[in-house]
Amino acid sequence: MSEQPPGTGSGLLARHIGFLEALREAGLSVSLAEGLDAVSAASVLGWESRELFRTGYAATLVKRQSQRPTFEALFDLYFPRLLGDGVDAGDWEDEHGLRDSADALAEFRERLAAALAGAAEGTEPGPADGEPDAGSGQEPSALLDLAVEAVARFGEMPGRSPGQSGWSAYTTLRRVTPQDLVARIVTALQARGRSKDEAERGAARRIGAFSRMVEEDARRRIAAQRDPADIARLTVRPTVDRLEFTSARRADLEEMRRQLYPLSRRLAARLTKERHAQRRGTLDFRRTVRASMSTGGVPLTTHHRPKRPHRTELVVLCDVSGSVANFAQFTLMLVFALREQFTKVRAFTFVDDVHEVTDAFRPGADPGEVMAQLAARAAHASRFGRTNYGQAFARFAELHSDALGPKASLLILGDARSNYSDLGEDALRGLAQAARQGWWLNPEHRRNWGTGDSAAQVYGEIVPMFECRNLNQLGEFVHDLV
Amino acid sequence: MPRATPHAWFSSPADAATRLEATGYLTDRTTATTAHLAGALEKPLLIEGPAGVGKTELAKAVAKATGAELVRLQCYEGLDEARALYEWNYKKQLLRIQAAGSQEWSSTHDDIFTEEFLLTRPLLTAIRRAEPTVLLIDEVDKTDVEVEGLLLEVLSDFQVTIPELGTLAAVRRPFVVLTSNATRELSEAVKRRCLYLYLDYPDAERERDIVLSQVPGIDDRIAGQLVDMVGRMRDLDLKKSPSIAETIDWARTLIALEINDLDEAAVESTLGVVLKHASDHARAVRELKLRR
Repeated sequence: MSEQPPGTGSGLLARHIGFLEALREAGLSVSLAEGLDAVSAASVLGWESRELFRTGYAATLVKRQSQRPTFEALFDLYFPRLLGDGVDAGDWEDEHGLRDSADALAEFRERLAAALAGAAEGTEPGPADGEPDAGSGQEPSALLDLAVEAVARFGEMPGRSPGQSGWSAYTTLRRVTPQDLVARIVTALQARGRSKDEAERGAARRIGAFSRMVEEDARRRIAAQRDPADIARLTVRPTVDRLEFTSARRADLEEMRRQLYPLSRRLAARLTKERHAQRRGTLDFRRTVRASMSTGGVPLTTHHRPKRPHRTELVVLCDVSGSVANFAQFTLMLVFALREQFTKVRAFTFVDDVHEVTDAFRPGADPGEVMAQLAARAAHASRFGRTNYGQAFARFAELHSDALGPKASLLILGDARSNYSDLGEDALRGLAQAARQGWWLNPEHRRNWGTGDSAAQVYGEIVPMFECRNLNQLGEFVHDLV
Repeated sequence: MPRATPHAWFSSPADAATRLEATGYLTDRTTATTAHLAGALEKPLLIEGPAGVGKTELAKAVAKATGAELVRLQCYEGLDEARALYEWNYKKQLLRIQAAGSQEWSSTHDDIFTEEFLLTRPLLTAIRRAEPTVLLIDEVDKTDVEVEGLLLEVLSDFQVTIPELGTLAAVRRPFVVLTSNATRELSEAVKRRCLYLYLDYPDAERERDIVLSQVPGIDDRIAGQLVDMVGRMRDLDLKKSPSIAETIDWARTLIALEINDLDEAAVESTLGVVLKHASDHARAVRELKLRR
């Protein structure tokens, strides 16, 4: 390249390359061409405004909305909004030259409560949850400034020597305790005509957003002292469709649940399309000849008879004991969302007893409610409360053997950890033989199968077992299943 | 690699925002910046987002704002080369062959593969126009994967290869907009060639402005109430959140019914305009405490 991109001398090019590397490491597929596009975009838009710069980068590098949060987090690390306390930081020291004191804390919490309760009329943090608002391209700056201030004043951890001090989001949040402000925010929101539930949700969301800002700011300060690549590797969380079911936090689960409906819609669309693609059956001679009349008897286009669709009956058996309940519920919801693709679906939950839950899935029911109902009914599936696969299989064979038949497929969900109890291989073998085919989905990493009380290898020999740790894998499996 | 080409479409993000606004399409900064970029870099723009947030409208607005003509390719399942790119007019060719009589085959052959017998479809049309053109490829996720392959040549090099005629390159690069509802993941190859823009629901203020500009005669106060209510519904985790299109429909409904205050009774009786699933309906009534 004869022409050098602007800013080569200032280390900007190295930053750019490092940023691309970090994006790739976080799982975004950024090609060389896209990297070049980003540079062209930056030179078209100029380097003056960080917002413009960010928009240019986002438009050229991020081609999937689910990757946007990852991009934002990395962008803030590599191109921070400010360095240290920033140039126009307020005067945070009191007359004794201290930044942190009881009075200061009380005063700060006062201001925070006001900001959270007000959170700018009209510009409520939307569903994007306080991420620098992707829609308007503007950052909710009052709250952000407070987060910066909070970390600066209450989050410093003295290091071994000057200049080595660290920053802790945990300490900050523990000192500031934004959770204690919930009641005030709820009252303020209710005063604006929100119902109680809404106000509580709104308050929780605002506090969550503030906590996230604090975390991000602490990360930014640490990144300024160390190699951002290290920080990125340690702290940036994977996108929601690659997040593991078993290690998800509550907020993540909520987000995952939201992803289920679009996921099922996408899968359904893809399935119909694929089915249509293979629809061409045998040649429809009569229609082909008729159609050839308009082209003088030359059959330019051929017509085919449609193929008969082939559908399966599905029996789902899921472990709903604590450790895997989330995974089982997600899978169940997804299967039921796609139930038009099967002739019939029946679902059973078990811990050490079996309970049928097919009726929980009414057509058009609300996913949140179904989930709650499933959780509430998990109690019916247990007698002693300790997972016992052998017993569950035996009970299933005893009570519901009519569910399986030559047309039905069996799908088992669980981590195959049976508390060292009797495994009941024979019962499972019987079930597998009664069904047309069977699969087992295990939410654990393949390397943990067979360790401790896991009977994954034993069961895996009877029923083919698949690893299913995140929404991506789940989607793929369900697609192949149909 | 700074390009020397003059910005034929928009001169700056701010310019894009003002000119789009003049056509009645209110943008935010991200949208305006990305639209400007798409013009300046001469790259196709892929827009994703929920249904009804104005993806198609943006393409129309760009065409209107820049005085370009809009060429639209509506994608659907089963769309093929013959509908998207070009087709030979077989019937006319047959006639030509029959009319040729005793003419030498080689000259007939040369005759029937000329532009006279070529039916241009949207993609080819857009490329061959000498005037400014906005090419809208709508709902690209509805097509089959093979069509994406077809798009690649057009999107990256702005040219179309017809075996009998050779390669037809673009006389003037069109402003290409692709829209997708993300029912299917587009291939990496297509995404790589495009700029990406995710259009989300607008914030309350901008949505109110949109309602006020799209629905003449609506009261400022009631528009505020409406937008506020729609915002609350979007928080509810519904199957289909109401989009801008639905907000506008709702505003028109209120005007038609001459409702001057959006109280709970009014909301409940007109809820069907915004929420289109029975379960969403029930949920909204319950969560927003519409019925006491």
